[in-house]
Amino acid sequence: MTAINRKLLRDLGRMRGQAVAIALVIAGGVATLVTALGTISSLEDTRTAFYQRYRFAHIFARARRAPQHLAPRIADIPGVMRTQTRIAHDVLVDVAGLAEPARGRLLSLPTDGRPALNDIVVRTGRGLRTGHVDEVIVNVRFAEANDLVAGDTVSANINGKRRRLRIVGTALSPEFVYAISPGEVVPDNRRFGVLWMSRTALEAAFDLKSAFNDVSLALRRDAVAEDVVARLDDLLEPFGGTGGYSRREHVSDAFLRSELEQLRLMARVLPPIFLGVAAFLLNIVVARLVETEREQIGILKAFGYSNAAIGWTYLKLVLAIVLAGVVSGWILGAWMGHGMTGLYADYFGFPFLRYTMAPSVFAIAGAVGILAAAGGALFAVRRATRLAPAVAMQPPPPTIYGRSSGGGFLQTFVPQMRIRPATRMLLRHIARWPARSLLTCAGMAFAVALLVSSLFFFDAIDEMMDAFFSRTQRQDVTISFTEPRSENVLYEVAALPGVLAAELYRAVPVRLRHGHHSRLVALTGIDEGADLSRLVDVHDAPVALPPAGLVLTSSLAKLLGAGAGSTIDVEVLEGSRPTRTLPVGAVVEEFVGTAAYLSRGALTELMRESPAASGAHLLVDPLTQRRLFQQLKATPLVQSVSVQGTTLATFRAIVDETMGAMASFYVLFASMIAIGVVYNAGRLSLSERARELASLRVLGFTLGEIAYVLLGELALLTLLALPLGCLLGYGIAAYLTASFDTELMRLPLVILPATYGYSMLVVIAATTVTSLVVARRLARLDLVAVLKARE
Amino acid sequence: MTTSDQTDATTAISFRTVGVTKVYQRGETEVHALRGVDIEILDGEFAVLMGPSGSGKSTLLNILGGLDRPTAGAVFFRDREISALDAKGLTIFRRASVGFIFQFYNLIPSLTACENVQLVTEISRDPMAPEEALRLVDMGDRIDHFPSQLSGGEQQRVAVARAIAKRPEVLLCDEPTGALDSATGITVMEILERVNAELGTTTLVITHNSGIADMADRGLAFGDGRIVDTRTNTTKRPARELAW
Repeated sequence: MTAINRKLLRDLGRMRGQAVAIALVIAGGVATLVTALGTISSLEDTRTAFYQRYRFAHIFARARRAPQHLAPRIADIPGVMRTQTRIAHDVLVDVAGLAEPARGRLLSLPTDGRPALNDIVVRTGRGLRTGHVDEVIVNVRFAEANDLVAGDTVSANINGKRRRLRIVGTALSPEFVYAISPGEVVPDNRRFGVLWMSRTALEAAFDLKSAFNDVSLALRRDAVAEDVVARLDDLLEPFGGTGGYSRREHVSDAFLRSELEQLRLMARVLPPIFLGVAAFLLNIVVARLVETEREQIGILKAFGYSNAAIGWTYLKLVLAIVLAGVVSGWILGAWMGHGMTGLYADYFGFPFLRYTMAPSVFAIAGAVGILAAAGGALFAVRRATRLAPAVAMQPPPPTIYGRSSGGGFLQTFVPQMRIRPATRMLLRHIARWPARSLLTCAGMAFAVALLVSSLFFFDAIDEMMDAFFSRTQRQDVTISFTEPRSENVLYEVAALPGVLAAELYRAVPVRLRHGHHSRLVALTGIDEGADLSRLVDVHDAPVALPPAGLVLTSSLAKLLGAGAGSTIDVEVLEGSRPTRTLPVGAVVEEFVGTAAYLSRGALTELMRESPAASGAHLLVDPLTQRRLFQQLKATPLVQSVSVQGTTLATFRAIVDETMGAMASFYVLFASMIAIGVVYNAGRLSLSERARELASLRVLGFTLGEIAYVLLGELALLTLLALPLGCLLGYGIAAYLTASFDTELMRLPLVILPATYGYSMLVVIAATTVTSLVVARRLARLDLVAVLKARE
Repeated sequence: MTTSDQTDATTAISFRTVGVTKVYQRGETEVHALRGVDIEILDGEFAVLMGPSGSGKSTLLNILGGLDRPTAGAVFFRDREISALDAKGLTIFRRASVGFIFQFYNLIPSLTACENVQLVTEISRDPMAPEEALRLVDMGDRIDHFPSQLSGGEQQRVAVARAIAKRPEVLLCDEPTGALDSATGITVMEILERVNAELGTTTLVITHNSGIADMADRGLAFGDGRIVDTRTNTTKRPARELAW
């Protein structure tokens, strides 16, 4: 090894604390990038493989009852590669040990061979045997959540009859990667299950011999989905088709895409923060190194080392730090990515998980890290090469403090304040290097901002849930009927045990069209003055239902490109299938889902039917809830029961599980930034002012007093950084909420004071601990040696 | 004033300067460090530069060594005009031909004695082994010590070894004994004397110590940016007989 490389290594060894601190920050940036990119590519790969292998369909449609001989005509639609008809029904399921009724989605499997589309992966147990009509395969999540194994039985209300079904196996399906029951906002594996039964059994149960009510299509590569859907809708219309939709509108796939979108956002926002801070740290640290080694640089130049050779030496030092950061970032990122993908696999129902350690991910993250950080240090390195050898040989002149030397305002202002000399020293030091002080302050502000903008997710989700459950959907229980019922059902419902209040609603599937935008949604008719399920505006004030106009949620309005006053073509896909043009009377803010509302009266008129109800919202006495559930389980006309309280609890549990892990990562990352910034700033300040501080000690200042001069500066900068960081965090959170706006979910921009407080506390703690580590060096200050050293 | 009348016609000229002027800009004031210096240094000559602080001797030494460039005038080394070289040319000149020794040794603190010498031998064309250079300055037994483990005199001897290890044509010394006690200083001067005699290295020494002038071929006195006096010694006193 050459002598100059040896010098490099020993320099590095001497500044290892600082080097490690900087490498940590770089590692944070690289790790977040590797994690996000790695998880994205893994999830995408896994999704693609799962969809392909188990033939996930491209188009889905339902009908009331279509004859089987329609199937070949569907298959003849140009662009269709494969079709699969089946029988699908939503039923109420009674699971032993579960007080409330669960919702079940019955799906038929062909009696002979595998389904052409939407195949299942049997994970435990076995497949269905022909001739055994009570056999059922349930989805893995539902089985796990309810401790069901092959051999157990569940009861289901099938077409008005209570049937005992024997579980023979558990399975996963590409249709239910994200298993969520229709109309719900969050998945609840305990209370929603998919039940696969033989086609023969379901044909008999629902009187659908030689008929189907659900069809899936796979398309050729060159097919246009919209055209196929239009032709399919035409074919199914006489048979009660409720409108075909493509994979993009498939709820499971949409959730998966929304999750990937969130990951991409993370890859865009977080790494730049880390790498920006790292670039700044490298710049100040190397600048200081060049400053302290100017004589050595002079010597090297005097002996004939070229500018390029010297520049390269310092660049190598920078690269060594950056590489250490990049490699640790790779390892940390691979580990976190593996964990994250595992978390996702757990959360989503994938039968296998491809954690792909794509070399490109590591290459991209590494290159970004190196470029950003080395770019930051290039300034300082160039200063080393530019030092004229003769100038380098002279000691640096004493630092100029004066009115003309930058930070003019502070330097003019400071002398006039009646303050202690020690305070004056620290203020002048800040003012002397305004750019560096500003950047130190900014670095800590970013640490605070990182925490605020990540922990705010908890607040936003709480707000979202609160808005949904406490302000708009205030009922305890919602039930739906197997068939629309007359208004008189209200008396039956009100008479159920423990029901304190009941409100009817009517929901029909519709296709809304505005311009060239079109959307399948449930149009819900609610009563004027309804108090349980109601519409509120952004200020939580109830929104009056326009007499004949539609009310759209803002996300639906955006999807349709419509606003208040627009006219929408409404095509009802049920009953007599009327079509009408209706004005948009109001747009309401709802954070979850896309929904359209109409007054129930107007909907009745639109449907040309007598007043009817699809279900009811109930306010329930908690003490008699159990009895209510028992009765509901035994009521054949109830198709589903959803309980707000359990939905909320389930959702909280999911949020805590997935986001809790993320939150601790963010706390770690923010601490890494704060430590990196403070440690480097402290060490720099110490090295610049060792003489000054030692002189003060010789003059009789105590250790505490000189610590005040050194650390007071950091404390002051931290103090300035805290509100700045909160502001910055708010800005990033605003950007995130604006960017994260999928049709499934929008985030409200709500940050609680406690979140700001916690974020600041974390940074204050990291700053304090790091300052104390630096302060320990003050005690080791060798007074005599420092004073003897040449100026 | 010129010194050409003292030139021995048979000896080649190492350095020649013509009207070298150096002006520094220090804030708003101009500092005239050199005001037209004409000088010739012969190959193998041992010359001593003396004069009060700020008289321009260090500036001249820096310019001769290619560390700095004159504001006006020309500097020749052998037949090459080094004042016309660009930064890269100067780097090559220093690398090939010049050895420097400084008052405060300026060793790299993170490198051992041997490594400090290697620093230079690694980039030289025909260097001696670092151990050999260190033996020449009687530091053969301390090659693995770091500068902080060496006394001032020992550090300066390492600095001398570092300067001579590449067999430079000229050795430029800026107050090499300034920070040393007299006994140690004499040891260092003995080494410089030996290098000058045995390797034939042209040696220029800046000093405040008039005693040292007795061991030189010539003593040049500086004042206010000019050479104000030149003294040629017919007989040189050996370094070991010096005292101050």
